[in-house]
Formats: sequence, C-alpha cells, structure tokens
Amino acid sequence: MKKLINAPDAVVDEALAGMVAAHGDLLKVVEPNVIVRADAPRQGKVGVISGGGSGHEPMHGGFVGMGMLDAACPGAVFTSPVPDQMLAATKAVDGGAGVLHIVKNYTGDVMNFELAAELAQAEGIEVASVVIADDVAVQDSLYTAGRRGVGGTVLAEKIVGAAAEEGQDLAAVTALCQRVQDNVRSMGMALTSCTVPAAGKPTFEIGDDEMEVGVGIHGEPGRERRKLASADEITEALMNPILDDGGFGQGDRVLAFVNGMGGTPLLELYVVYNKVAAMCRDRGITIERNLIGSYITSLEMAGTSITLLKLDDDLVRLWDAPVNTAALRWGV
Amino acid sequence: MSAFDSAALRRFVDLFADRLRERRDELTQLDSAIGDADHGTNMDRGFTAARGKLAELDASADLGALAKTVGMTLISTVGGASGPLYGTFFLRLSTSFGDRAEAGPAELGAALRAGLEGLVQRGKAELDDKTMVDAISPAVDAYDAAAGDGIGPALEAAAEAAATGRDRVTPLVARKGRASYLGERSANHQDPGATSATIMVEALRDAVAEG
Repeated sequence: MKKLINAPDAVVDEALAGMVAAHGDLLKVVEPNVIVRADAPRQGKVGVISGGGSGHEPMHGGFVGMGMLDAACPGAVFTSPVPDQMLAATKAVDGGAGVLHIVKNYTGDVMNFELAAELAQAEGIEVASVVIADDVAVQDSLYTAGRRGVGGTVLAEKIVGAAAEEGQDLAAVTALCQRVQDNVRSMGMALTSCTVPAAGKPTFEIGDDEMEVGVGIHGEPGRERRKLASADEITEALMNPILDDGGFGQGDRVLAFVNGMGGTPLLELYVVYNKVAAMCRDRGITIERNLIGSYITSLEMAGTSITLLKLDDDLVRLWDAPVNTAALRWGV
Repeated sequence: MSAFDSAALRRFVDLFADRLRERRDELTQLDSAIGDADHGTNMDRGFTAARGKLAELDASADLGALAKTVGMTLISTVGGASGPLYGTFFLRLSTSFGDRAEAGPAELGAALRAGLEGLVQRGKAELDDKTMVDAISPAVDAYDAAAGDGIGPALEAAAEAAATGRDRVTPLVARKGRASYLGERSANHQDPGATSATIMVEALRDAVAEG
C-alpha cells in the first residue's frame, strides 16, 4: 500500500484536523468527530445535515458552510458514522426550526441515522429524513436494500441547503429534497479498484483491459465486469440506463454532473462530458447547468459517474444561489 | 453448567473479541469480495471497546447491565450496519435478562430469541436474504430444541446450526446489505455477516464450556 498517511487508524482524525486548519472560517469540528458550520446554530433556520463513511471527499465535509450543509458526520473509511455523531450534529445545528437528515441509501447509514433521529426526537428536536437512492445500476425492489445513494446526493445537498438558507420551513425543505430525489438518476463505472487504508490492499483485482460497470462509491465490485471500451462507449453505457430510467427526453431541462471517482483527471472527465452533451443534444434535452469534477469519490479509484437531474425554474434558482463551502463556492 | 452467569457473559465477550481480532483479516477478505472491505476492522474495533467497557464495570454487575453496556458500546463505536445490528442484539439480550445474576437454559434461550427478533426488526432481513440472520435464526431454533439437555448441549447444537446456516446461504444471491448491489455476482461467496455471527455463537458455546 502506497499512501500519504501516517497510520491507517489516524487518517480520518488527521484529515479533519487539516480541514479545520484550512477552513476554520467556514467550519469547526466538535466531539465526537462532527464537522459543523462555524456559525451554527442559526436561529430560525432549518438545519441540514448529512454524513457517511469517509473516503468520499469532498463529500460531505467539504459541503459544510453557508448555503449547503450545517453539519457533516464522517465515519471511518467507507463505514457509516455512529448515531452519537448524528445526534451531536443534530443538536449542534438545531436553531429551533427542525433538522433535515439527508441519508444515502446504504443499510448502515439508514440504520444509524434512524437511531439518531429517534434519540433526537426524544430530546424534543423535530427531525425529518430523506433517503437518496439514485443509482440506476441497482434494481429497485421491495425485497432488497434498494438503490444506492450516489451523485444525486451532492445536488440535493446544494439545492436543499439553499432553500434552508432562504428561510424555507422543515416541511418545505423536506419536500424539496424528496423532489430532487424523485428527479435524479446516476450511474458509475471504475477503471481501477481502491485500497481502504485499514485493509492495506485493493478491494478487488482488475485486469489492465477490464472495467467494472455499475459501481457504487465504496470500491466495491459493480454489477458486471466488461472489456475496457472507449470513453464514448462507456459514456453511452452509463447514459442510456439513466435516460431510460429517468424518462429524460425532448424538451427536458437538466443539470448534468460528470463526477470523478478520485483517480481520474479532469481532462478525461471533459471527454466524458463532451459525449454527455452530444447525447443530450441529439435527444432534445437542454443542459442548463453542469458540474464537472471529483465531488463524490472512492479514495483513489479511477472512474466516473454521471448524474442527470431534471430542472425547473425553482431548482435552477436554488442551484444558482450563493454557496460558500470548501468544495463548492459561488455567488459570494 | 446449569446456569449462565455474569462471569460466563464476560468470558463470552472476551472470547468473541479475541477471535474477531484473530480473524479480522479473514472477515475483511470475505467483505472485499461482496461488500466494502470493512467488516473485520469494524467488528474488531467495536468488541475491543466493549471488552474495555465491561472491565470497568463492577464485578457485581448483573447480566442485563453487562449486555446493555456491550450493546451501547457497539452502537457507539462500530458504525456501518454491524453496529446497530450487533448493538440491538445485545440490547435485547439485556432487556430479556433484566436484573438476573444468572440465567437457566430457558432464560438464556428466551434472551437469544429476543436478540434474534431485535436483529430482524432492525435489519428487516428474512431467512435466505444472506445475512447474519441466516446463521443466528437456525442457531436459536437448535438451542430451543436441545435446551432440555442443558445449556452446554444446547449451545453445541446452536453453534453447529449456525455454521450450517452460514454455509447453506453461500450459493444464494444476497438480497440485503451491500452485497445485494452485486446481484447475481454475490452468489457463491460466503457471507461476512453470517460468518461473524457464527463466530459469536461458537464463542458463546466455548465460553460456557470453559466455565
């Protein structure tokens, strides 16, 4: 294992200390390992929190700040945080208007957030939860864990954070988050695996001429292994299920998000985006906003995910609203 | 042994923590194949913490207090799905034991049954979903069937049933947890959760045998 670390057990704590050193004007870290907006709690504002395993940086800690998240709870690498963290985060950001938990649909995340929500409610804090499950590579079913929460989470956190910032109440912010969830679809692929620091070796072996299609964000194998193809072919393999499943077509306005998994250069992401744009153009879909870069990652995995969100005037306005976080910043 | 006392419960947690440490890499390896490569690390971290917390408790602590401490510690330290699941299992043992200093064969059986029900409630998993339930559920049934012979023989039967359950679901496609994202590719991989659950029942058996 070749990594810029001091010790596998210390990675998360040292990275958090580094974030505080770098972005102390935006955020602070409180016990037990919760990243909180520097000026929290904001009286009368709905608190918006999220969390998940570490290893997906900048998500979620890089999205804490004005116009996005009020707090983020980082777990161990690829391991959901514990309820104590979400409870502490909920209490730290509650300004009397309630708190929304944005939860990615993984069994562990859902269970730990559920426990935390029960504990917070027992302490008199109003809590609502929305589960993001946007990965079309996974068949949705009542009998399985359901779809994973992936790229759509980033978009939901930005849009919902803007709504909370402008003073919308908990019911409205929750309904908005659900609307984003209902209108967003994603799919990802990997060229390489990644190494969890505590595990010390790559999660899976993969040949030089192979790729994993339908991966999530935990370095796990995907739905199937295929022979490596061109960027255009890969983009089609990701876009077609997204377009079909989301019912995107003629006249739709979308936000297109091309995400890097951690080890893929921006140069290649723009090659992917070029094909995404062409495919949308061919179908009469207008890309009104875009986001290109590595925002929800799997450590050093090489690969990409594509996310499309159907837009309306309201969502465009909230996307454009000012945001001031370590990873996303505009309008300020 | 005719009764399961607090010394046995402490030995059980110690033994389980030892074996999780020994088999940490094996569990993580199983999880790498169909999950996210953290099961061994997380379980090791949680039970090492739980063992530490138990050591701080007074020797007179009853079964309920001991099991509750284990459950709360797991929920606060493990994370992932295993934290709430194993945590809930021990919290339900605690509720079932109450303030007993020791449990007879029937009381231990009732506690294990309560733990299983907690697991099913929290994880919403059923038999054949390919989870820890596939090891623990047959173990509890086997325990009940043999409880008339005493705790030792009942736990022998339970450990055997857990291992059989773990192996029985290896060919299946996972329907819960992270392995379910692999669809058909999860078939023919041994389930990490069913494996750690089997190690737990075996540790319980051996802790009682040592007493």
